[in-house]
Parts: sequence; C-alpha cells; structure tokens
Amino acid sequence: MKSIILIAASRVIVPLLLIFSVYMLWRGHNEPGGGFIGGLIGALGFVVYAISSGTEAVREALRVKPEYIAMAGLAMALLSGFMSLPFNEDFLTGQWLFIGASEGEKGFPLSSVLLFDIGVYAVVMGSVLAIVFALEEEVE
Amino acid sequence: MGSSDTADARALSVAGLLPCAISLALFLWLSGFIPEIAAGETVRYATPWVPSLGVALSFVLDGLGLTFALLITGIGFLVMLYSAKYLAGHIHHTRFSVYLTAFMLSMLGLVLADNLILLFVFWELTTVTSFLLIGFSHNNPDSRRSALQAMLVTAGGGLSMLPGLLLIGSVAGTYELSEIRAMGGILRDSTYYLPILILILCGAFTKSAQVPFHFWLPNAMAAPTPVSAYLHSATMVKGGVYLLARMHPSLSGTDVWMWTLAIFGAVTAVFASVLSLRQTDLKLALAYTTLMALGTLVMFLSASNAYAITAMATFLVVHSFYKAALFLAVGCIDHQTGTRDARILGGLWRKMPITALAAGLAALSMAGVPPFLGFIAKEFLYKGALEAPTMLLLVGAAFAASAMMFAVAGIVAFKPFYGSGKAMDPDKPVDGEAPWFMFFGPLVLGVAGIAFGLAPHVIESISIAPTVGSLLGDLSQAKHLHLWAGVNTALILSLLTFATGFVIYALHLRIRAGLEKLAETTPDSDVLWDKLLASSEAGMTRFTNFIQNGVLKRYLTTVFGTLAIFLAISLILGRPNLAEVSFPNVELKHWSIFVLTIMGVALVLATRSRIVAIASLGVVGIGVALIFIMFGAPDVAITQLLVETLAVVLFALASLRLPGLPKRDEVPRRWGDLVFACFVGGMIMIVLLADTAGSFNLALTQYFETASYPDAYGRNIVNVILVDFRAVDTFGEISVVAIAALSAVALLRQRIRVRGSRS
Repeated sequence: MKSIILIAASRVIVPLLLIFSVYMLWRGHNEPGGGFIGGLIGALGFVVYAISSGTEAVREALRVKPEYIAMAGLAMALLSGFMSLPFNEDFLTGQWLFIGASEGEKGFPLSSVLLFDIGVYAVVMGSVLAIVFALEEEVE
Repeated sequence: MGSSDTADARALSVAGLLPCAISLALFLWLSGFIPEIAAGETVRYATPWVPSLGVALSFVLDGLGLTFALLITGIGFLVMLYSAKYLAGHIHHTRFSVYLTAFMLSMLGLVLADNLILLFVFWELTTVTSFLLIGFSHNNPDSRRSALQAMLVTAGGGLSMLPGLLLIGSVAGTYELSEIRAMGGILRDSTYYLPILILILCGAFTKSAQVPFHFWLPNAMAAPTPVSAYLHSATMVKGGVYLLARMHPSLSGTDVWMWTLAIFGAVTAVFASVLSLRQTDLKLALAYTTLMALGTLVMFLSASNAYAITAMATFLVVHSFYKAALFLAVGCIDHQTGTRDARILGGLWRKMPITALAAGLAALSMAGVPPFLGFIAKEFLYKGALEAPTMLLLVGAAFAASAMMFAVAGIVAFKPFYGSGKAMDPDKPVDGEAPWFMFFGPLVLGVAGIAFGLAPHVIESISIAPTVGSLLGDLSQAKHLHLWAGVNTALILSLLTFATGFVIYALHLRIRAGLEKLAETTPDSDVLWDKLLASSEAGMTRFTNFIQNGVLKRYLTTVFGTLAIFLAISLILGRPNLAEVSFPNVELKHWSIFVLTIMGVALVLATRSRIVAIASLGVVGIGVALIFIMFGAPDVAITQLLVETLAVVLFALASLRLPGLPKRDEVPRRWGDLVFACFVGGMIMIVLLADTAGSFNLALTQYFETASYPDAYGRNIVNVILVDFRAVDTFGEISVVAIAALSAVALLRQRIRVRGSRS
C-alpha cells in the first residue's frame, strides 16, 4: 500500500520531525521539551517514514536495531550517573562544565544532565520504534 | 576445548591449581593473626557502604571467626588440591573451580562479617554458590532437583532470617555484631525477643539441616565428592551453627533458647545417627553423620556452661577434620574402584594403604578413641552435658549418637579396607593407590586428629580458647583440654559408649535390615517435600490461570476494579469533608473541551469500526491535552499529545491483525459494564474533588521553583525535576520503558515464530 503522496510528503516531514526532535531535546532544560518529548517526536519521524516506505527502509537508515538504541540510551544515562562519583558526590548528581565562561558570561554549558537527557531520548525513541517495528513486521 | 586427547585431559591445569594457590595464600595470611587472636584481641576493618541505613562493609576477626576462617581456607586448600586431580580433564573444570572459589570467599565473608546486613548478603551468596555446586552435574535430573531443593530450603530460611536480623538491628540500634554482643540484656528483655529468636532459628536450622529441614542435606550428595567434603562437612552446613554461636552472647540464656536448641539438636543427632546406620552408600552414611554432628553442635549451643561451650568448640574442629578426611577418602575409593557400596567393598588396604591409613586415623577420631582429639571432644561433651540444666536430654542424646557414630566409623572406614573383600567384583581390578593430590588432604586431616589429640594445648590456644572467649566473653573461661582427667563420670560414659558402639557395629547388618523394613512404612519427608512442591505449583498454576486467562477485558476489570475499591476504602477510612467540596468555576472554553471529550467517548461506544474507534479515542486524549495546556502544563500537554499520536499509530497497526467488530445486534447490552465504568470514574472524580478541596502543600513546588535555576541551571522545572532532582526515578522509568519494549518485541516475535512453524 505505497502511496506516492505519503512518500513525497515524508521526504519533507521526516527530516523536519527529526531536527525538531533534537531541538526539543536541546532546549528542554529551559523551555518546554526534553529527552522524553524529543524521543517521542524522533520516534514519530521514523514511524512516518516506516509507514510511507516500509520498515526495511527505516532499519537501513538507522543502521542499528532500535533495541540497541534503547540499550545504548540506558547505558548513557547510567554513565552520566557515575560521572559524579570521582567528585565524591552522590550517584546522578549533575556535573557541569561551562566552556568559555568568564565574568558575567555564562559560557557554553555542557553537563552530565544533558547526557542523561540524551539517554532518555534514545531509550524512548528506541523502545517505541522497537515495538512499532515488531507490530508492523508481524503484519507483513 | 572438549576434544583434547586423554593424556592431556588428565594433566593438571591452571583451573585446578589457581584455587589452591588462592586458598593457601588466604590460609597463611589468616594464620598470621593467630598470636593476636589467641591473646584475646580482635581485629576489625570497616568502611561505609550505605551509611544512611547503617550498613557497612565491616569485618571482624575474633576467636570464633578465626577458627571458622582457618577451617574454611585450610580445608578449602586441601579440597581444592584434591579436586585439581579429581576433576582434571572434566569439560567444566574451570567452571567448577570458579564456583568452588566463589563459595569459599562467600563463606569466608559470612564468618568475618561484622555487619548483620553484610552477613545476610554473604549468607545468601553461600546459598547461591552451593546451588551451583550441587547442581554441577546439570545433565542429571536428580542433581538439578537436589540443587533446587537445597536452595529453596536454605534460601527460604535465609529470607525468614532477614526480618529477624532487621528486628535485632532496630532493637539494638546498630547492625554491628561487635556492638550487639554487649546488648544481650536489651535483646532478651525486648518484646521482640521471641519473634527474633524464631526467625533467626528458622535461618540457622534450615542452613544447618536440623530436623525437620534435614532432608536436603543427604540429597545434596548429588554434588561431586570434593563439594560434599567441603560444603557438607566443614563449611556451608556449619553456617547455621556459626550463626547460633555468633548470637549466643546476645540471645542465649533464656528457657526458650535452651529448650528449643536442646530438643531440635537432640532429635536431629539421634534421628540422623539411626538413619546413617541404614545407608549402604558410604557417602550417604557420612552425610547422615554430618547431620548428627550438626545436631550435637546445636544441642550444646543450648547450654551456657563453660564445659558445654568448650565441648562445642572442640567438637566443631574435630568434626571438620575427620568428616572432610572421610569424605575425601570415600572419594578416593570411588575414584579407584568405581563404587561406594558398603556391602561390596572390602580388603582395600592392600591396594590403597595410604588412603586406608588416612581413613583409619579419621575414623578413630570420629569414634572418639583415645588419644585422638575426638576422644577429648567426647569427654567434654559428656562433662558439658552433665552440667547443663537439660542434663538428661543432652547426656542421653550425646550417648546414643556417639555410640552409633562409633559403629558408623567402623562401617565407613574399617570395613571397606579391612573387612572381607569377597563381594568385590573380581573382574574390575582396583587401580591401586589414589594419586597423592587426592590422599594428601585426608592424610593431613587424619594426622591432625591424632597430633592435636596428643598435644591438645596447641589447638586449645590457637582455636578452642579464643572461640570460647567469643561466646562467653572471656578467654579464661575455656576449660583446659587434656587427655587424661582421672576416672570420672565422663570416662565411664565413654567406656560405655565404646561397648555399645561395638555391639551396634557387630549387629549393624541386622539393624540395617530392620530399619529398611521400618522405612517402608514410615512417611519420608523427602516425599512430603515433593508433594508440597507439587501442590504449590498446582496452586500457582490455578492462580495464574485465574488472573491471566488471556481475556483482556478481565485484566482491565481486575486492574480498574482494584483501583476503584481501594479508592473507595480510602474514602471511607479517610472521611474527607465532602461538604467543603466546591465545583470549580467552569468557563465556556472548559465546557467546549468537556463536550469534545464526551463526544469522543460516545463515538467510541457507538462505532462499529475499529479505525473510527481508535481515532475517537485520540480525540479524548487530545481533550485531556487541551486541559493540560489551559492549566499551564505545556510539557505534560506536549507529552500527552505525542503519546496519543503514537498510541493511535500503534493501535492502528495492531488493529490490522484483529477481526472486525461484531454487528450491533449480535452483542448483548452490557449494563454491568456501564455500572462498573461509572463506579470507577465516579470514585476517581470524588477522590480528586476531595483532594483539591483542601489547601495544597506548596513547600515542594516553592523549593523547586527557587532551586531550579541556581542549583541545576535550568528554567524548565518539569525537565529539571526529571533529569536532575529526581533523576534516579527517571532512570528507573526509562529502564521500565526499555524492558517493556524488549518484552513486547520478544512476545510479538514469538508469535511470528509459532505461526511460521505451523505453516
């Protein structure tokens, strides 16, 4: 049931959704958004692609199994938790690095919290895609 | 790896020798502490683990701990040396070595742990590692059954012990044993004393296989012989005895303690020694004598007099020596002749003189013949029993058990070597003496039995006196060990024991026949265990089939019904003032969302098409999202919208697989469902109204609002809470998400495979 309209539309929608998902993840700390929402949007992007072009195409585009993406996300979240241990702080205490910070200037913030949120993003996206693929491939 | 030729396969390997090195190193290191401990000092090492719960990685070395630690590492070394040869060439030799070493280390942790929680962790580790060892021959169903049985019994006891330990911790205010031992008075006077005692005894009695939990131990003989020698003589089964000894200063002295331990111990000791007479398999006979020894140890822990405790400490060491030696010797016999049947074996001393010597020495110690250490232990058992308030019980049980021990020593170690070998199969020649790797251990242990018997002051200062000191609080309390104490009641009892034991040995064939006849008519606890397990499995199957019957409607009814009933209960118990409830001021825009949602629900109910139903359900979800937006929760609203979208996609995909909905007139009107749905919805509404009627506690909200940016550099409070303040919760949630996804994939794939295999 390939639809030429859906395929054409997905060429625009899918990249937009994916970029938007990363944007939502990135801004999540200060504005509405975050890893969970970003992950859902990213998953939606790939789902649209899967509906238009089939799961095989998405699997090729992803290169790795969605299950692995989810597991990698879990590992990232765990790793971000251990980052605080060398500083003798509790598990999962946020560690921050302000690159280029100076007087009055905050600099470019990087943190273990961001890694954690990326982990959440990957877990949500990977898990949703894994279920969708399994359902869709069962139908075929 | 499995295809190496036999010459190579019999060679010693790293897998066999590395554990020897580890255990020997530990033994030597621990021996270095002997002077300090013998002087009555203790060594303690502690580092915090979970300080908020009072859990620390704290270890203490005192007399009792050192005695056990030396037995564990010393006998461990000999056993590992033995298994290096016994299992050489076995395809899973490496695995075996890892299991055995892991077991040794957990056991060592158990006897050195000072923190109760740490002790529990090691306790369960010994259970798990012994499960792996008993089930080592995993191709054999008997072996698997025994492993599972041992694990269920001992882990069940361990679990009941945990609340006991927690109670001790809450009564004493600390989990450190070194502090608790001084608080015996507080514990004994506590209202929780009885529950604590019962729970702890459950753990100790299962681990140390007291009647009626004894049946797992003989079955555990399915393990390879070195394991039986190690776990079931010297170490694991003594875990329970260790725990009781550890708790002796804190819990003993009451009538309950005295009588419970005395009765259980006495029954176990007598029962086990009678059963051991019945066995024809040498290893099983030894297993039952181990039960007897455990019963004796428990029985003497019931008393508090210095003689009884000294006797306990001595017998503990003696038994470890001779039992490990005999097990290993039986293993040598099995290894060289291929059988362990007491009815067949005989005359082996010509072929295996060194093993015969080792077994003979060990057996004489077991029989309690002078001048062996076993004799001293037995003398002290009688002296201790005579001084105890439960004298009759203790003396009687000790006498009966010792006499039968004498007979079993003859059956196990005299008859196979010096008895008539007429029944031996002449076609199966004996290979000759076992390799020195194998007879070394029994020989050392056998010699130790006589050496320490001739020089009792050595073992007294190394181990016995410090152990007694740990239990009674003072080294000087220990009675001096000596071979000759003059003619006294204990000596007369000893002589009577020999006489009775000799008679039993002479008659043992007839006794065995009688016991076998008796066994046919009495119920076997092993069979009862099987029945218990089977009925529990059947019950669980029924329960699971009831709860998870595959009908989605019933699942949902269960989940929502439980929710609604609990809400109703909390409403009845909480008695909220429903008069205060005021309906919020509902504006037109709110009404429009309300109408939209209701229409969505109505459409779901009315439609006969799945796609329409799914889309209408999406409308309901979007209505909810709109409510979130209106009340200022954009993050929640976005998530809700996205989840709703994905849910529609997932439902749509799933619905392709489902048959169409039945026509309207085919479905009876389900008024019951309507009532049920209204009940659930109504309950939730009332609870929400009651909840929002009072004023909110805004402390947390204010905290997050003020702390979010300064502490976590984020302005979106929801996200900051998720990824920073409550990140551990989020980590738990994403783990659940990932696991749920994996399970869903696995289930769906399985369905594909099932269908694929059918077509």
